[in-house]
Amino acid sequence: MAIVRNPYKTTGFLGWIDDRFPLTKMWKDHLSEYYAPKNFNFWYYFGSLALLVLVNQLLTGIFLTMNYKPGADTAFDSVQYIMRDVPWGSLIRYMHATGASAFFIVVYAHMFRGVLYGSHRKPRELIWIFGSLIYLVLMAEAFCGYVLPWGQMSYWGAQVIISLFGTIPYIGKGLVEWIQGDYVPADATLNRLFSLHVIALPFVLVGLVFAHILALHEVGSNNPDGVDIKARKDPQTHIPLDGIAFHPYYTVKDLVGISVFLIIFSAVIFFAPEGGGMVLEQPNFQAANPQVTPPEITPAWYFGVFYAMLRATPSLFHSALPGVIVMGGAVVILFFLPWLDRSPVKSWRYKGPVFRSLIILFAVDFCVLNYLGMQPVSPVHTLIARIGAVIYFGFFLLMPFYSQWEKTKPVPERVTE
Amino acid sequence: MKRLIFLAACLSLAAGLMPSLSRADEGPATLPFREDVGNLPSAQRGARDFMAYCSGCHAMKYLRYNRMAKDLDIPDDLLKSRLMLGTDKLGDPISSSMPVKQAEAWFGRAPPDLTLETKARGSAWVYSYLQSFYLDDKRPLGVNNPYLPGVSMPAVLGELQGWQKLETPAKGEEDDTPKFELVQAGTMSPEEYKEFVADLTNFMAYASEPGKSDRIALGFRVILYLLVLLVLTYFLKKEFWRDIH
Repeated sequence: MAIVRNPYKTTGFLGWIDDRFPLTKMWKDHLSEYYAPKNFNFWYYFGSLALLVLVNQLLTGIFLTMNYKPGADTAFDSVQYIMRDVPWGSLIRYMHATGASAFFIVVYAHMFRGVLYGSHRKPRELIWIFGSLIYLVLMAEAFCGYVLPWGQMSYWGAQVIISLFGTIPYIGKGLVEWIQGDYVPADATLNRLFSLHVIALPFVLVGLVFAHILALHEVGSNNPDGVDIKARKDPQTHIPLDGIAFHPYYTVKDLVGISVFLIIFSAVIFFAPEGGGMVLEQPNFQAANPQVTPPEITPAWYFGVFYAMLRATPSLFHSALPGVIVMGGAVVILFFLPWLDRSPVKSWRYKGPVFRSLIILFAVDFCVLNYLGMQPVSPVHTLIARIGAVIYFGFFLLMPFYSQWEKTKPVPERVTE
Repeated sequence: MKRLIFLAACLSLAAGLMPSLSRADEGPATLPFREDVGNLPSAQRGARDFMAYCSGCHAMKYLRYNRMAKDLDIPDDLLKSRLMLGTDKLGDPISSSMPVKQAEAWFGRAPPDLTLETKARGSAWVYSYLQSFYLDDKRPLGVNNPYLPGVSMPAVLGELQGWQKLETPAKGEEDDTPKFELVQAGTMSPEEYKEFVADLTNFMAYASEPGKSDRIALGFRVILYLLVLLVLTYFLKKEFWRDIH
């Protein structure tokens, strides 16, 4: 298909632009004539919210970077400089720190929506893969950002996470030193994590978000019924009968979601910016000290699931390698979800009781594992975490079987509600 | 039914994200204390006492004298004559006169900076710690503290509080905070000393985040604005969606 210049024949200033750049075309393709199913429910707010939080992180990040000084001797002091001497600095930092947690909450909800309604199924496999990559980069981005204040938890968190690479046979030790640029986390480590946090990873993240949305708009949005709305179009206009223009319908609807989100977000920022020690940890109010280990090194709450599985996996020949493999596998397995699910229907609404129960079991399991990841180790916790890990992997690995065998309910021709 | 399942899923998700209330902190239970940063007279007294008893050894390198004076309503002449070291300037951070190298030789470690102490350990911890120095012959300085066993700080406030012995806890007692027996009274009564420590802790809580009361005041206005925004966006959505069935 050849590129048609100014297909909508606009005139005047807009026409001048449209002759040179597809502004009107992009507006129509992605907003005013992008037809989304009309039956989006609560779970569909989280995509636009993730975008909002991304913008929040980018903007507040720019202003933090103006005043933050990477370096083992300067980082901690410069954070306090931001908190005390930079106009609005404390608000900007609280927005950024709370934004990181908010990012994971909305992304987890967004991903769970995909599992519920089969948004990863054909033809949306690439949307899911781009999304999983976003999640992976987001974890790296969050980890790097966590280290930057160079408090006790930053330092020891970095030490624990980077040392995971040391479990790789033969190259592990060298790899850790190569990543750290030193024998222990130090100035060089902080500076390279800063570079990754403010340039490399955000760049990749934004690129992936574009790919995610482009892929979505190529095939169209799924919906809670998992019905293909493009199968039934108005014969004259060729608009899907169950589709409504993203703008203005979903833009105004998402504004409501954004308002509610901002109220909750602001309540945390203004009244509990440390999030009870989950957004800003107590030990991180002490500058990094390689000689003093904090009593308990826990990762940020949003890594709880993976940390719980890491700790619960028995070590082999005094090496934590099995735990690292389990932890990595827990992320990698997400990428395969589109091919693990063999159910004839997309949405859980029309799946059988086994699949439906397993989705709920998985959600509960995820929350329990996340909780355990934040708790100190105990024999009971380890046992529950092991059961939890088996459920986590079982949900995915057995999916090709239970999704195929189970009888499903008939899917309606048009969306319901 | 579907909505119920959704709700259950949401609730379980929320439960998973709830703050872990059982903090695995080491040390005994702290005394009950609620910091009151809005209590200006208390923070002012605390500032005065901090300068008199603490700042000889402990700095507050992230708090500037003039910021403190502005926030705590302390006039400049009083600040200069009573609270500052003679050589400091108004915009300087609160320094200590203790040389770091020698302090390490004297106490084993340099006295830590206290700007963020109530954030790092909790204000209830500071409040409890300052009331819990007890006589212990085994320690080089003759005192110890259950909240920081093997403490290297001398009992600077001993002359005010008096000197106390640690009691061995009775079996089966509900309350697991350490108990003490006063063996030599100080210049303050126990109630006065409690107030003194509360003031000091309030000041330190202020110092750990000088913008806290502004933040909370702004928060109410922001949320009020957002509630209005929510009403507007809700009706905007309703109006636009009237023709969707």
